[in-house]
Amino acid sequence: MHLDHSTTLPHHHSHSAEPVRPDGSRRALRVGLGGPVGSGKTAAVAALCRTLRDRLSIAVVTNDIYTREDAEFLRREAVLSPERIAAVETGACPHTAIRDDISANLEAVEQLERTLRPLDLILVESGGDNLTATFSRGLVDTQVFVIDVASGDDIPRKGGPGITTADLLVVNKTDLAPHVGADLDTMAADARRQRGPLPVAFISLATTGGIGPVADWLTERLTAWHARGTA
Amino acid sequence: MTGAALLVLADGRFPAGGYAHSGGMEAAVASRSVHDAASLAAFCRGRLHTAGLTAAGLAAAAAAGHDPLMLDGAADARTPAPAVRAAARRLGRQLLRAARATWPSPDLDLLARSRPQGVHQPVVLGATARTAGLAPLDAARCAAYESAAGPATAAVRLLGLDPLDATALLARIAGEVDDVARAATDAASRVTADGVGALPAASAPLLDIIGERHAARTVRLFAS
Repeated sequence: MHLDHSTTLPHHHSHSAEPVRPDGSRRALRVGLGGPVGSGKTAAVAALCRTLRDRLSIAVVTNDIYTREDAEFLRREAVLSPERIAAVETGACPHTAIRDDISANLEAVEQLERTLRPLDLILVESGGDNLTATFSRGLVDTQVFVIDVASGDDIPRKGGPGITTADLLVVNKTDLAPHVGADLDTMAADARRQRGPLPVAFISLATTGGIGPVADWLTERLTAWHARGTA
Repeated sequence: MTGAALLVLADGRFPAGGYAHSGGMEAAVASRSVHDAASLAAFCRGRLHTAGLTAAGLAAAAAAGHDPLMLDGAADARTPAPAVRAAARRLGRQLLRAARATWPSPDLDLLARSRPQGVHQPVVLGATARTAGLAPLDAARCAAYESAAGPATAAVRLLGLDPLDATALLARIAGEVDDVARAATDAASRVTADGVGALPAASAPLLDIIGERHAARTVRLFAS
């Protein structure tokens, strides 16, 4: 796995999402998790919650395509208490909800902030979509794109906005690589070519502690988030 | 007044959350009452002349400068189904967010502060139109058009109907949209003299029933 990267956060301008509230307090870091159907976004969210919930106050917004299954899964697995999980409907347009018209997601995020204050971290999970789906910078501060080796090791080569621009690219299910004939070295080389210095994490959530690299990266982003404005 | 502002406000791409709502279409498709271009047309015309007319009246009155909180009460009285009311307030909140960013104004800020839980969408639409320098008739047109265009777009996604048929339908009923908008604006012009009772109160019981039914479904694409 590769975790070289910069911890600078993009400059953020949004009508609704200034990092510091009028009263001087800092809102939660908003992190988007996107990626194709079945790549392990919900499993990654669950693992992040389990790993970080003891030291951080976390909430999750899910964008299910046509059910509330992802939200239900997270509730059933009891990764967070139910009031910390909100579901947004996307009218068959998951990419619209996270990119072109973020109003429903912003509502959900703000509602969580209001009722659970203080929150450190809000994870916004997109509905499973295609390789062009990315989050608006008006909705999230930083974003993770999750793909998996079993969907084909040529995905990093194909690129697309998710692969090339996400702040962290996660390649999940590395344990399956030998079974599906995926070449992890090729995937890593292709990802480097597409992403330059942006980090890539190769993980297997089937392994105990498999989410570690993503949790570490997120913790670093959170530290950078807290350092902003206090300097 | 600027005509282009009307295009901005009426544009389906205006980021105010409408794309995730079907105006009852998903429930109508689920119960098979809408299944083809002809039944789509019947549904859209029905919604235009009921919920659309009522929404257009509220929008025109708000655009004319009547108290939005009073109109919000009038909207509540005209929206008996709790699920439909909740959807209208939610869309109102989302529209108000977009409107305040697009046409900043103290009036819109005050409206947001007065009702944090949201104001009915047609009322926000009218208040927004006023801020954008548009006339009551413009706001009414917007509301009336959206009452048919929203479900038509949803039907294209739900049924795989030819999008050209859906658009041709909207063009075909454009005259009716104008008639509804004019009737709504006329009614709104009587609010000063006769109070909010002058506003249209056309209802569609079936839309209310399927709206409630839809809210109870666990598997759905659209929020309403």
